[in-house]
Amino acid sequence: MRTRRTMLDKIWDAHFVAKRLDGRDMIYIDRHVLHDLHAPHAFEKLEQTGRNVRRADLTFSMQDHTVATKPGRDETTNPDGAQFQRAMREGSLKNGIRLFDLDDPEQGISHVVAPELGLVLPGATHAVPDSHACTVGGLGALGLGCGTSELEHILATQTIALKRPKSLRITLDGALDPYVTAKDVALRILALFGTSFGRGAAIEFAGPVARALSVEARMTLCNLTIEMGSRAGFVAADEKTFEYIKGRPYAPRGAEWDAAVAQWLLAASDEGATFDTELSVDCTGLAPQITWGTDQGQTIGIDETIPLVAGDAQARVKAQQAFAYMGLEPGAPIAGVKVDRVFIGSCTNARISDLRAAADIIKGKHAAPGLTAMVVAGSTSVKRAAESEGLDRIFKDAGFFWGESGCSMCAGGNGDRGRPQERVVSTTNRNFEGRQGKGVRTHLASPEVAAATAIAGVIADPRRI
Amino acid sequence: MQKFICVTGVAVPVLEDDINTDKIAPIPTKRSLKPDYEDMFFHRARRRDDDSVDPAHVLNQPQFARASIFVTGRNFGCGSSREGAVWCMQAVGISCIIARSISDLYRENCLQNGVLPVELADDVASDLEQRVVAANGAQPFTVDLRTQTISGPGGADIHFEISSADRTRLLEGLDDIGMSLKNADAISAWEARTRTESSWLQKAVRAPGTEIVR
Repeated sequence: MRTRRTMLDKIWDAHFVAKRLDGRDMIYIDRHVLHDLHAPHAFEKLEQTGRNVRRADLTFSMQDHTVATKPGRDETTNPDGAQFQRAMREGSLKNGIRLFDLDDPEQGISHVVAPELGLVLPGATHAVPDSHACTVGGLGALGLGCGTSELEHILATQTIALKRPKSLRITLDGALDPYVTAKDVALRILALFGTSFGRGAAIEFAGPVARALSVEARMTLCNLTIEMGSRAGFVAADEKTFEYIKGRPYAPRGAEWDAAVAQWLLAASDEGATFDTELSVDCTGLAPQITWGTDQGQTIGIDETIPLVAGDAQARVKAQQAFAYMGLEPGAPIAGVKVDRVFIGSCTNARISDLRAAADIIKGKHAAPGLTAMVVAGSTSVKRAAESEGLDRIFKDAGFFWGESGCSMCAGGNGDRGRPQERVVSTTNRNFEGRQGKGVRTHLASPEVAAATAIAGVIADPRRI
Repeated sequence: MQKFICVTGVAVPVLEDDINTDKIAPIPTKRSLKPDYEDMFFHRARRRDDDSVDPAHVLNQPQFARASIFVTGRNFGCGSSREGAVWCMQAVGISCIIARSISDLYRENCLQNGVLPVELADDVASDLEQRVVAANGAQPFTVDLRTQTISGPGGADIHFEISSADRTRLLEGLDDIGMSLKNADAISAWEARTRTESSWLQKAVRAPGTEIVR
């Protein structure tokens, strides 16, 4: 064992169970959270093979992908979703798994709810059959997204079989200006290094900017790790993290809390630990960022112009396709482009701090005429908290739809979609062609940019509103 | 699990980078627990704006209708963890993907389903791509995992690398869960040790009367 270890090394070594015959490591999964879109299939497979869920007590079920967001919803509101939600209910009941159902006061997007409940702990492993499981890295956990077969494997063995990832550290230097957020940092990283540089690695975000971010903002940063090509990304836990976790329903308490904190303090990468790859980004003077194209690397500052075609032949073809799909011209400024819809939501940017930031910009104003604006809280608890602070009034008075919690328009799995050629500024994570509906033109940005855009009716810089 | 040993068949060139899972397996307008994976396969990409089939798209061209080898660019399968993005490839008969690179999650989902993921360095990939385009579905290619070679018209055999772990998994078609359960004792031992050393990890118990606080 190396004497100076990275955080990845420490989590990996602490969760190593055995080496399989095929050479992969079996890594123990401390908490496993399922969702309605992929769990039903795994439940069925498990039943067919006659295998049992090994640790139902460490497994939790969440209805999030297929749920309607319409106020007063039930499972019939989105008729296609009912079959998923019923299968989830039956499978969870049968296997003794605690389900956060549609009407549960703590229902919501799994990556938002698990941290709220205290189910995510520093130095722990956390798996979800969803690529944005990396979100929980914001608390210093190793969040692993997985496919359906891997999900079934975790249910049966409480482990995942993996090759140890390489270590990649991104040091974020400088400090962020007002209205510049973790989302902008993540988009800037994608603009600089592309959408696949993290393949085969786990990313540790470090440096003064990572340290200065709130725990919720760290979750936003880590949420976009998968878009960089990595299955997992994290920020070392610190006092802010402990403060966030303390007293949450499933968090350790009393003497166990003290013992846990003592271990968490040792979980960060050792001084002088070596990484397979080191990158750094100077965030000084960073502007709010926005995507102009159809992958997250196609990102610019909100005060910049859409780039001219450059790069190799493939990059040129890609850029041309993106211009055509997005209905944009190279060389034109991105600010001022007319927008049809604004969506504030998803596991990327729908925690209470995100809603506060957006409401702060919207307060006393109204969405531009003809623009559809939506806010979907990341969890029912976030929704309730926002309502107790009066944020819902600010949004509703501004003409926003104020919905029930779920994944909603991020992937449109519940029927919330845009219309062809509709231009959407979205606080989500993927601007792929057709992601938010056939022909929908998605621009990814922070809640601040989304809010400013909703008011202006055109892509707008929150620093100027 | 399904084995993969060798495939001989038509190779279809889909020479783009960053083909994501929303493109491979778009979420259908009408959702079902048992979707039609064949219909899902590149559903939107293969259609024009008015939803009619686009005959010009490479995946709609008759010579590639029965392709079993999918040749593509960098970062194939980026995006979500949905395994349906592999199942829909299998639904149309594809059992091998040759790319310049493949996303981590997609690659694992391939291995879980007996689909061979091959990654080639740029110069070798470029050579193969030209040969596949030139063959235009008229002559077959063979990908043999035993010998780790790609052979076909237009040039010499191409050797590819794959880790021995992944190679074994595919050749033997091993039951992945069964293999892990052979280590059931080690799992129990890990749990026992952790109950002593980091007890909070081994229990997820709600403290009575607690709510989410902010």
